[in-house]
Order: sequence, then structure tokens, then C-alpha cells
Amino acid sequence: MKNFEYAQPTTEDEAVALLTEPKKDTAVLAGGTDLVGLMKRMVVTADRVVNISEIKSLQQVERDDNGSVWIGAAVCLGDFLDNRHTDQYPSTKQVIQGISSIQLQSQGTLVGELLRRPNCWYFREGHGLLADSGRMVNEGDNRYHAILGNRGPARFVNASRLAPSLITLGAQVRIIGPEKDEEQILELADLYRTPAADSELENVLQPGQFVTHVIIPTHGDRLTAAYEVRQGEGPDQPLAAAAVSIDVVAGTVQNASIVLGQVAPTPWIAREAAQLLCGKEVTEESAAMVGHQAVSGAMPLSQNEYKIQLAQVAVKRAVLKAAGYDTGGLDTPMPLEPTVSPSLETHIA
Amino acid sequence: MAEVTYNWPENHKARLIGKRVSRLDGMEKSTGAAKYTYDINLPKQLVVRALGCPHAHCRVISVDASATEKVPGVVLVHLIKAPKPGDEPVEIRADGTLLVAVAAETEAIAAEGVSKLKVKYELLESFVADHDLQAAEAKKRTKKAGGGIELDEAIGEPGDDDDEEEWEEQKVQQLFAQSKYVVEGNYGIDTITHCCLEPHGSTLHWDGDRLKVNHSTQNVSRTDDGYADALKISADEVDVHCEYIGGGFGSKFKPDYWGIAAAEIAKQTGRPIKFLLTRDQELKIGGNRPSGFIDVKLGADENGVVQVWDSHHWGTSGFNGSTVSVGNFPYVFRPKNWRRRATGIITDNEPSVAWRAPNHPQACAITQTAYDDLAAKMQADSLDIFLRNLENIDSPEKSLVYAEQLRIGADLIDWRKHWHLHGKGKRRGSVVEGLGIGIHKWGGTANSSNCLLKIHPDGGVESYCGTQDLGTGTRTICAMVLAETLGLPIEAVKVNIGSSTYPFSGASGGSTTVGAVSESHRRAAQEVLAQLFDLVAKRLEVPAEKLEASNGNISVVGYSDKSMSWKQACSLIGIQPLEVTSIYKRGDDSPLSSSNVAGCQMARVAVDTDTGVVKIIKMVAVQDMGLVMNRKTAESQIYGALIMSIAAALFEQRINDPKTGAFINSELDSYRLPRLGDTGELVVHFHEPENERARGVIGLGEPPAISGGAAIANAVCNATGVRVPTLPLTPKRVLDALRTAKG
Repeated sequence: MKNFEYAQPTTEDEAVALLTEPKKDTAVLAGGTDLVGLMKRMVVTADRVVNISEIKSLQQVERDDNGSVWIGAAVCLGDFLDNRHTDQYPSTKQVIQGISSIQLQSQGTLVGELLRRPNCWYFREGHGLLADSGRMVNEGDNRYHAILGNRGPARFVNASRLAPSLITLGAQVRIIGPEKDEEQILELADLYRTPAADSELENVLQPGQFVTHVIIPTHGDRLTAAYEVRQGEGPDQPLAAAAVSIDVVAGTVQNASIVLGQVAPTPWIAREAAQLLCGKEVTEESAAMVGHQAVSGAMPLSQNEYKIQLAQVAVKRAVLKAAGYDTGGLDTPMPLEPTVSPSLETHIA
Repeated sequence: MAEVTYNWPENHKARLIGKRVSRLDGMEKSTGAAKYTYDINLPKQLVVRALGCPHAHCRVISVDASATEKVPGVVLVHLIKAPKPGDEPVEIRADGTLLVAVAAETEAIAAEGVSKLKVKYELLESFVADHDLQAAEAKKRTKKAGGGIELDEAIGEPGDDDDEEEWEEQKVQQLFAQSKYVVEGNYGIDTITHCCLEPHGSTLHWDGDRLKVNHSTQNVSRTDDGYADALKISADEVDVHCEYIGGGFGSKFKPDYWGIAAAEIAKQTGRPIKFLLTRDQELKIGGNRPSGFIDVKLGADENGVVQVWDSHHWGTSGFNGSTVSVGNFPYVFRPKNWRRRATGIITDNEPSVAWRAPNHPQACAITQTAYDDLAAKMQADSLDIFLRNLENIDSPEKSLVYAEQLRIGADLIDWRKHWHLHGKGKRRGSVVEGLGIGIHKWGGTANSSNCLLKIHPDGGVESYCGTQDLGTGTRTICAMVLAETLGLPIEAVKVNIGSSTYPFSGASGGSTTVGAVSESHRRAAQEVLAQLFDLVAKRLEVPAEKLEASNGNISVVGYSDKSMSWKQACSLIGIQPLEVTSIYKRGDDSPLSSSNVAGCQMARVAVDTDTGVVKIIKMVAVQDMGLVMNRKTAESQIYGALIMSIAAALFEQRINDPKTGAFINSELDSYRLPRLGDTGELVVHFHEPENERARGVIGLGEPPAISGGAAIANAVCNATGVRVPTLPLTPKRVLDALRTAKG
């Protein structure tokens, strides 16, 4: 780790000022569960680290007049889980429960999770996000890399596990800086981008800017779910993931939003798949069809073709789960005794 | 004093031995009070960080440390594996090899100093494709690693005019032609690392000409000579201490070259030095277990008894290019006819070191899978095939033991209820279930061990032994043996271990420690007690052989009124403590310990055929171990071994970049390991037939860590009807195998 200055502002204005001092490479610290590791590996070598977790306005989970819930950047995952305002977002809670590490839940923040740097081993070994314009990934070990959105030089997958569910919920982020009093509200989906050059990040934040809040609108009667294909029960990065939000009226899907995770350099919005689901009943067949559609543009690298199937299954299971059905995988309680499954239709009341 | 007959107390008389005793240091460990090497900080110490080579294969041309030396707080730059100015370049053969050490006032400064080193490398072609024999041959990266052939006597010998190899080939082919069933398969298991939670290293200082080392080691008594040899001093000038160690698994027997560097830096700077590896260095160079891949053909008779085995295996132990030892193929089983060949692959990786039961887990996983594929081919019950093949095993005297253990294991996992033919089980959605078996063997002979036991005239008891507690409960066993023998509560004895200044005790490798310390401590305690009995006998005017020590008293058997308290008895010693040093040498014939165990493990798994994810439902371990010393720690030893087996079977894998050779998952966020939720239900059964106790103590460290991988691999095959050839059975590999099988 390189020596650095440490600052602990107590207001948003102070934080912006500290982050924008000319000629200083700065980093924002909240929970530190990602940043500290990257600093130890010298992938991040900031001159100044600004800890925003003492800023009172960032420590709250609050509901505004429209019913939207504002999650401050210092709010940890565990606090989100425990908060009564967030009960309406089961898909997000499902993912946090899947981040099965008490330490990460207690120390890691929700905003920090959304901005977790990619897990790509070439990036974390210091070869940069694009790792020699994608060549290292192409010629190297790319078993966990992108199957979608990978035609440019970026081959990593976005690391956030919460972004897919929050995007399906229509979440936004509040960003402040780099100028004093500068503030913008951005769709969460627009926070992310696929870098095309070494100078670009996997998000649109400029130096001196930081996310202060995530704003999640009230969900109405939509059914939501997230499904992650995880190799084990630990906090390791899932192999593929999907989140779904659907409006079901009289057994038919009216509106749908489907976002995949761990498959592309950004959370991957599957618009055509979502469109395909509209007007249909949720059945094993329609869910499978939507899963198939979601990966129709996938282009595997040398070692990750298997992820196409995993992404497809993740979408199918997220759709089934949102509609309240058994996903059919290992989540079904064991021991596995033969049972006669009632037909799906009988569940749709 | 009459000659002491060494023995163990009878079962009904034992108060501690064979019972469940909690670790004496459990509280210290769980509260953080226990000081591991990593926790030790010495006054005025410097902290060392080293630059690991970022390339798998290169020459280091030069090092420019001028920027490093300017970092405030950097005290010394020390070349480890790098050329001095004007010297020839140094060839490096493994990612992570330590090149240059920087000693500084703090760890952060040392790390910053390392980041400022400018090193010139000449990159060389690397090779890491250990699974790819053809590629290795093309790159001239192979080495012969032994082999041989044995044919049944009835087949005869080649004639004088026969070409021996041709004759053998002909006979082998004839045997296959006569076989009712022939199975051909390929299997593999990747390299894994030791992944010690406490990295390798030391905190040390020079006291005049004397080197005092706190070293994370499995070899307290004999790490001193490693330091002494390298530093050209005498072993009596080196003291090594290790009270607690955070994992070794066979990788911590030596000072290692970074330990020597620490001692040299300490000498040069005149300051104490703390030098432990970083996490990625720990994974890269702290230790790894060789890989193994195999092509097998076996032929069996109509009963499924294998009559001929023909195999060629390969794998890598790093740049020294050996592979899993050929002597154990096929593992435990030994058909009457076999031919086997091994090829080592030279890869640009750190050389492997011993890993719990060296060679056995790999041999088991890549050969007993072929026996299971025979069951699949025959559409037979795997358990029956394993049982029938017990007629041809390498230790025929153990066949009844295995048969009984398999019967017990089958009961515990409810084999008959859950068994189905391979790939023919019920499906629920995309999930299928299966059962699998592995069997194993191990020696476990007691290592040499000496123990100094002191009985003070005030009744105090203390022992000194240069052994080490790897976390498995050695310290507790020492105390149990002394307390049992002397008839005292366990708290009444003070056990001292973990220092090379204490009497010698062998390294903890090969499951040799419990036997070693049981030998030395029982012997010392029985001898000291005999001396004490002589004194008490005189005072009570009874024959010494009528005395017994129990409940804190020394009393006459059958006359409870004739007794003395332990304290009163000790007051007879006089003014100097009674001291005995016992000496046990490995291999000495002894009624207290022996060797050779068998064991079987069974797994029941569920596989999601849509995602390739494998989940352990239940694992059963049946294990004999002679006299069980501490039922609780023995059990936990087996639980740990099962978890390690699950780790290697489903998760762990060193991943080298195919182009650069870099070890790219050398951090715990990318080196996958199972968590508690991944282990399923674990059942441990001690196989203790009537005569088992009489065998004395046998080591338990390695055997339960062997056959779990084979059991899991076989269970996945039974569930899916498809062999996933190489461990770990990751979702990618399971899906790839299912897809290939579909065609």
C-alpha cells in the first residue's frame, strides 16, 4: 500500500472539496471492503483517501414524499436488510442474503457494492481494465469473463451483484461534485458504461464526483426476484445472475424488466427478452423462452461458453421465482423425494 | 526400581484416554490470546516485504533500487534471487519467486519501497499446460517418472529370443481380449495450494551470535539445522519457537529461503526482523500439491473383478518436473496383472511440497474412478464392485477390514435406499442425486520423540518436549497422557512444547505426532511413577507393584485406607525435583503404538444438471486408528479432512494463465474454497473392532484426507451417468461433460 493522506469530512461540501484538490489522485472510502484490497495490491494508489461514512446525511435510509426510499452511501448492506422501508424490495434483499459473509454485510455499503471494481484477475493483477485491449483475456483464462457486450476491448464483467435487481426496480443515483453544489440524479443503469479506452472507467463518475444516495421508487404491485448461479454458499462472485420485475394482471404479464449480471461489462438489460414475456402467462415454457432470448446475442470467449447456459437458466429461474414458482434447482429443499408437481397454471390466481 | 512395562490402561480404567477432552488452548485460540508467529512483534523490529517475480519464466537482468532507498523509512534493500551489479542474470522459473527484499520501519513503507524497485527482465517462453501431454512433449517439457509391469505367474516369462517389451505388450493385449469388460477412461486432478491461513515466515533476532527465531513450523526441533546450514553456524546457535501455527499441511518443515534472508537482514541491520509472506505470495510459493492426469484401460472378469490394469499418468510438481508417485497405481487395489507408466511435466511453477498424505489423494481420485466406471459399464452396484475387488488389494491382510468398513459406511449413508444405477436415478426438475465410494490406506508410524518430565517436591508436574501443535490437539494429548498416567486432573500438569531448546521430537509429517508424543509422554510418566511408587512403597511398607495412582492419590490396590495424596507422595522426593527424560526412536518395537490403517468414505451428492453445480448432501467417513486418544480432537481431525476433500473435489484449483504462466487466482477472493454451507452433513465413524485398542496409537492426520475426492467424483458420475473427468468438478466442467455426453 502506498502512503496516503486520510480525510474524514462531516458534510457533503467538505467531501467534494477534499476530492477535487488539483493534482491529487483521490479515492472515496465507505466500507472499504473493496478499496482496501485494491490499495494493498497497488491497483489503486490514491494520494488522498476521503472517508465519507461520517457524513450524517449519508447514514440514513429514508422515505420521501413520493414513497421513494433513499439509501445513503454510508448505509451498509446489513442495515438495508434490517430496514422496514426496504421490505418492498425482496429481490434486492435476496441478493444481499446471498452475499453470505457477515463481514461483508456488516462492513460493505450498498453504494460501494454498486461500484465494486471488476473481479477480472487481469485487472486485479494490475493490467488495467482492458488488459492490453482485451488481448490478455482473449488469449488467457476467461472462464468468468463476458459473454455479452464483449465485442469491444472490454471483456470483464461488472462486479455488482445488486445492480441487476435495483435496475429492474427503476433505481436512480444521486451524484454530487466535482463543482460545489453540483448535483445530478441519474438512472442507475446509466451509471455504468463499457470502457473503450484505457482512460475510461466502468462507470461515468468523473474525478471529484461521488454517489451520495441510491433512490428506489415505490414498487407498486410488481413481482420481483433475483436468481444467482453460485458455485457454493460463500461470498464468491456468482457465475451468472438475473433479476426480474414483472406486472401480472389476470395471470398475464403486462410489463417486465429483466437485467442480467456477471455476463457483460455493465449490468445487461435484456429489453427484447422482457418484451417477449409481456402478454404471456409465466410458465416453465415461457420462462425458458425468455431465458433463451436474453442470451441470443451472446458471443462466448474461448473458455466461457458454459456461461451462456448459466445466464439462460438464471433468467428462467428469476422469472419463475418472481411469479412464485419453484425454480427447480438445488434451492429446493432436500432430501429429494419424488413429488408430483401441481401444474403451474393452478398457482396463478 | 523394577523394570517398567510400558502399556496403556485398560478401557474401563481410563479416565481421559479415549474420552472427549476439549483442547486446553481452545479458549486462547478462539479469543485471539494465542500468539502465532504472525502476531509476534519484537521491540525495534523492521518489517520486510519482498518483490515477487511477476513472470513465470524469465531472466532477471538487473535491479535498480535507487528510488526504493530514497523512501523515508526504508533501511535495507537485500537481493534474494536477483543479480548483483555485474553478475550474470538469474533465471526464474515460477511466478511469485522472491527477488528482492526491502526492510523498513513499517510494513507500508516496505511495500512502498518494493513498488519503487525497477527490475529489468528478459522474458522467456513459459509452459504451464500440465494436463496436455502432447503439448508438453512437443515443447520437450517431459521427464520419465518411472513405471513397471507385473504379470501373474501363470502367464510365464518371456523366452530368451523374445523382445521383452513386445512380449509384455502381447500378453497385456491377450488379457484384455480375455476380459469380459474393458473400461477405458481418462481422469485428472489439478494442482491445489496449501493455502495456510497463517502465511509462511518468521520473526527473528540475533542475540549476540545466537539466532532466536519465531517460526511458523511443523518442525520445531529440526528447523534450527536448516538455518544453521545456510548461515554457516552451528545448530546449537539457533533457537526455534512455535507455540501456535496457523496451518501447514506439509508445507512448513524448513526455514525456507525467505527465512534465511530474514536472518541475513537481521545480521546486517542489527535489528529484529519480521518477514512473513503476503497472501498472494503464500499461495504462489508457500506450497502446492502436484497435479495428476491419467489414461487408463482396465479389464475385468464376469464378476467385475479387475484382472488387468494398464495406465499412463502425468502431471506436474512445478519446474522440477515430477508427478504423482507411480507406486500407488491403482490405489489400494492391486490386480494380478498391471502395467503402469508415469511422465513428469516440467512447468514454470514453484516446486510442490508435501500436502496431507502426499500422492495418495491424487492416486485415489484418478484410479478408483476407473473402478467406478467399471460398475457403470456393467450396470452394477458400485459398492458390490468395490467389495469384489477387495480380493486383489496391495495389503491382502486388510481386505476384511475394508469389507467391514464398507458395510458400516453403506449403513450410515443408507446406500441400499439411495442407490440407483449410474444415471438412472429419479430427477426432480434438473436435479439428480448419486452415491460414490473411495477407500484409502496410510501408515501413521509414531515419530521419534523425547520428553523431559519433572515432578517437583511440592507435587507440581511439568513436561518439556520439542513437538508442535498444528491445531490438532497435540498439547492436549500430552497433558491427557501425563494426567492419566499420574492419576491427576488434566489441569495439574503443565505441558511445554514448541521450542527447539526442549528435548527433541520429530516433525509433524506423515501422521506421526500423536504416536510420537503418546510414546514419549507415557514412557516418561510411567518411569517417573515407578520411582515415586518405590518411595511410597517404602513409606507405606507395601510392595511397589501393589500401588496405583488415581484420583490425585497413590494408594494400595484393594486397601483404600492405605494411601497418600499426590502431594504427600511427592514430598518424599527430597529437595530436588524428580526428573526423567524418555527417549522413543521411530521404528522401535513398542506396545504403545503401531501403524497401518484402512478407511472408506462415501458421498451422497445432488447435481443441478442445468447449472452444473454440485452439492454435498452427506459424507460418511469410516476410519480405524488403533487406540483412540482423544475422541473429540480425532473426530475434528476427520471433519477437517472431509472439508479439505470437498474443497479439492469441488472448488480448489491453481489457475495459470495459459500464455504468461502467471498464477492468476492467487488471492482468497479468486482461489475458491468451500464454506460451511457447502459441506452438507458430515458423519464420522471410528472403526473400533475388539482388537483395535490393542494396536496402540496410530496417526490420523493424513488418512481421512485421501478418499473423499474419489467418493465425490464417483457420486457425481452416479448421479448424472456421465464421468466428469477432472477434479475440481466445477460447474463449467460438469456442464461441458454433460454436453459432450449428449453429443
